Amino acid sequence: MLDKRMTLSEIVSCLRDGMTIGIGGWGARRKPMALVREILRSPLKDLTVVSYGGPDVGMLCAAGKLRKLIFGFVSLDLIALDAHFRAARQAGSFEAWEIDEGMLHWGLRAAAMRLPFLPTRVGLASDVVRFAKGLKSVRSPYDDGEELLAMPAIKLDAALLHVTEADARGNTVTLSPDPFFDDLFARSADAAYVTCDTLVETKDLCLPERARYNSFERSLVTGVAEVLGGAHPTASVPSYGIDVDHLNVYSAAATPEGWEQYCAQFVNLPDHASYLDAVGGIGRIRMISPPVF
Amino acid sequence: MTATDYSLAELCICAAAQAWRDDGEILATGITLIPRLAAGLAKLSLNKSLLLTDAECYLVAQPVPVGSRGSLAPVIEGWMPYARTFDVLWRGHRHAMVAPAQIDRFGQSNLSVIGQYEKPKAALLGVRGFPGNSIHHPNSYFVPNHSTRALVANEVDMVGGIGYNPARWPRGMKPLGLDLRLIVTDLAVLDFGGPSHQIRVRSLHPGITFDQVQDNTGFPLSRPQNTDITAAPTLEQLSIVREQLDPHGLRQSAFKGNPRGDRSA
Repeated sequence: MLDKRMTLSEIVSCLRDGMTIGIGGWGARRKPMALVREILRSPLKDLTVVSYGGPDVGMLCAAGKLRKLIFGFVSLDLIALDAHFRAARQAGSFEAWEIDEGMLHWGLRAAAMRLPFLPTRVGLASDVVRFAKGLKSVRSPYDDGEELLAMPAIKLDAALLHVTEADARGNTVTLSPDPFFDDLFARSADAAYVTCDTLVETKDLCLPERARYNSFERSLVTGVAEVLGGAHPTASVPSYGIDVDHLNVYSAAATPEGWEQYCAQFVNLPDHASYLDAVGGIGRIRMISPPVF
Repeated sequence: MTATDYSLAELCICAAAQAWRDDGEILATGITLIPRLAAGLAKLSLNKSLLLTDAECYLVAQPVPVGSRGSLAPVIEGWMPYARTFDVLWRGHRHAMVAPAQIDRFGQSNLSVIGQYEKPKAALLGVRGFPGNSIHHPNSYFVPNHSTRALVANEVDMVGGIGYNPARWPRGMKPLGLDLRLIVTDLAVLDFGGPSHQIRVRSLHPGITFDQVQDNTGFPLSRPQNTDITAAPTLEQLSIVREQLDPHGLRQSAFKGNPRGDRSA
């Protein structure tokens, strides 16, 4: 039987310096944070990260892992701004490729379709086309002759995603209210690695009743890891909400000393079980209500 | 009937709600507290056909109140995840009111950085959906602190939301969906009704003069012959805002000291 189960460290050992890595989820919602912490513990460097950014980006910024960031925003949702991202951005410590979040969608879509670009109006007449290096426009070959932005494909070496449930073969269900763009991250990557809150037998994924929660097919998935609470401190609704208390602790740690202490307490731990203990246990995480926006 | 005792926040909510009055059946999006309450008020009073979300990913039949909802379960009338939101906005079926950090004389807006792009003095949220919104559907703005720091003399530091600046338009042609509507501030309501879309004072909040508004704006404003006074909220509007949309009174912290709406006293 096809068995794609991997440990967090096995997944991260497949990544290489300089890779372009897409991270699924959105802001402080359904981010594969256990994998992000595994990257923080690894020697990986010079990464290009593509993300609808939340604390995944902030932590990689704080740890100096980024060479380049492809993003439309970085936010902790209920806390508007990420202090670690801001500090790194203001220090000019990585190349910022700041684009409209719809352009990000379109770039992933182009890569997913193996196209060199997709046309759009988004970005034209704004500073995105001045500051994000390398963007070009294209003229419609039809009678309208309209000038459009040729949004280049954002090809990923790897995608990291967190879903609600998966089986060992890489079938997934994402039960949270918004699937975001995880399907496009998976489809535009050479390899997608998925963490799930619960690993189940295929029949217990309860398809076809939940077929609409199955965002992408298993042939896109290279590895699966069961990590209960693996999105913490971001939400994985309906299993748990955003841990705002923890994000406040994280936000307050946006100094070199603060970050060192945060890592000692929450990152440089022997395993995920120790992390759960450090943040108050899975029982506490499960008690965090879904966010109300 | 018009109210006499109302706050600046309530005045701004009611003035901002006017933005969606004649939009028909489109998605109304209000980002940050005052625009969100304004969109809810618009749906309940001025334009009942508006689509609204719960600020996450469901369309709701009635606006959801801000803050804790207790046992209230909104009636869901549709699904609007981010992917579909892009579909809607590219189709032009949306009017958003957002709160940029800077707006310039062209109506160009910025929520990305203050200072230089490569090494900004302040990194803000990011360009978000401003370029796509502004080139596809109507947009209005809310400025809680009308000042020359917010309404700037030169171009904004990073143009996210595009504006009436032909020098930046592809081949000088006005983009299809560019349509800027209102700028609601703590001093006045502005629009783009001056010559060549120059920003114009549409109405002054009670007790505010044109000179006060001009002095706090980094570019020359168009001044109509007769400047209206921003309409005071009606009792019906106030009751919707106070009882239905913001029962916990979050709007009281929208402006420092929660000032009165009529500042002529």
